[in-house]
Amino acid sequence: MRLLVCVKRVPLTGGKMVLTADEQALETRHLGFTISPHEECGVEEAVRLVEEHGGEVTVLTLGPAEAEEQIRDSLANGGDRGVHLVTDGEEWDPQATAAAITEAVQAEEAAGGGFDLIVFGNESADSGNYQVGIRVAYALGRPIATGLKGLSVADGRARCEQEVPGGRDIYELPVPAVVSVLEGINLPRYPSVPAKLRARSKPVEQRNPERPAPRLERLRLVVPPGQGKQAQVLGEGPDAAPAVVEVMRDLGVA
Amino acid sequence: MTVLALVEPGEELSLQALSLARELGGPLHALAFDAAELGAYGVESVHVAEHDQLSSYAPGAWAACLEQLIEQIQPTAVVAAGTNRGNEVLAHLGARRDLPFAANCIAVGSDGTVTRVRWGGSLLEEARINSELKVLSVAPHMVEATTVNGGAANVESFTPELGEEVVRVVEHAETPTAGISLSEAKVVVSGGRGVGSADGFGMLEELAGLLNAAVGCSRVVTMAGWRPHTDQVGQTGTKVAPDLYIACGISGATQHIAGCKGAKKILAINSDAEAPILASADYAVIGDLAEIVPAITAELRKAQSS
Repeated sequence: MRLLVCVKRVPLTGGKMVLTADEQALETRHLGFTISPHEECGVEEAVRLVEEHGGEVTVLTLGPAEAEEQIRDSLANGGDRGVHLVTDGEEWDPQATAAAITEAVQAEEAAGGGFDLIVFGNESADSGNYQVGIRVAYALGRPIATGLKGLSVADGRARCEQEVPGGRDIYELPVPAVVSVLEGINLPRYPSVPAKLRARSKPVEQRNPERPAPRLERLRLVVPPGQGKQAQVLGEGPDAAPAVVEVMRDLGVA
Repeated sequence: MTVLALVEPGEELSLQALSLARELGGPLHALAFDAAELGAYGVESVHVAEHDQLSSYAPGAWAACLEQLIEQIQPTAVVAAGTNRGNEVLAHLGARRDLPFAANCIAVGSDGTVTRVRWGGSLLEEARINSELKVLSVAPHMVEATTVNGGAANVESFTPELGEEVVRVVEHAETPTAGISLSEAKVVVSGGRGVGSADGFGMLEELAGLLNAAVGCSRVVTMAGWRPHTDQVGQTGTKVAPDLYIACGISGATQHIAGCKGAKKILAINSDAEAPILASADYAVIGDLAEIVPAITAELRKAQSS
């Protein structure tokens, strides 16, 4: 199987959201970066499918030059090669992102054969637009199932499981298809040191798409009110237990 | 300024979405799949779609129904709840008509701007939808489902033209539920890195048992394999809204707060008096949770037996 996984570089935000002075971005000078949690599971799911069926996992990202770090991380977790759609660091809106990914998929498929599955995270951790995978699926004319907590492929069909209240809804898609997954579909592996070293020499191809004018246009970011409460300290150590139980009684839960 | 809303069968969050839809203007029309009573929510006309292809959920079929109503009633906005299905169907609509789609909005401006949530609600974004027809979903539990003094809505059935949809629910598997559900529990006892190990959750289980509470955890814990992902509270886990959320050894990363900020009260038990969780908590106990949690359990037992 040939699989493509799409990932997005996002900051590790820690405990507090701090904006840049122009309110256009998070202040990330002191932050590390990762990929969205759902996408970590997307990479793992793709790697497991290839371990089961054989084949190759390509990892694609659209992002600044620094996002190569996230491709290398994903290659350390079992990806075989990367495609980096390099931007100047501006965030692209969902339609622009989907168009660039679609174009890259078409070029990759023309050169190396079709992808059986294209895997997305259900939504990115930062912008949470819930749509890039669906737009790519439509542009390629392929079926898409979203929000998956279970995925298996046999006889040219992908069995897709979604968690819903009380149970699971099942979809069956003909391959080639597009899927988006949720964290919890698997428990991603931690990369070994040799795997990290190997990832450094795996091929990463760069492309430079043009950014069109945004149709969902960000004006500014706002930190929501309500952050920065000051907790009432009920006490220190086990001596605080009576005060805790009193609070529970006041709240009517004990 | 006609507005078209998608109303999912039996979905409370769709009624919340109608509140925001009313702010976009009127008259308000709704696409529904059952004869929902929506007049009290300000809906003038309910269009009930009926077709064999709608016998089980198929996102493309729902989006096609919206498309046909868009042709018929020429709305200036299409609104749905920011549920899994609401966001999915509007993304399908956006893809089919090459329209921008703003997911999880909490407010709309008069000039085509919206305020939407990022980072699961830890950050907000003001954005402009650059198209004549605005497509947007409403973030769950951020807007109240209010009623208006309106008469009964006009209800009419229609039969959309639908093709064969490949992507549809072909099977539903029931999962037997055990214990108290995290999303509905009145009290949640939750543990983070500070619990130290999978075994460490034993004392949280014990406390939870006395409070009829569900046990939750942070993402660090599920990634370490101490607890299953179904226990995870957070942006990528379950969103909870208990009367009391007890955060034991949880630092309070925004990823976690996004999942527990719906709690009425938060009690943090943490060895670090400077931990970010204290900025989201109502109460705190500072110290070693391995001593504090059993002490609370013992105190509760004493109180319950007297």
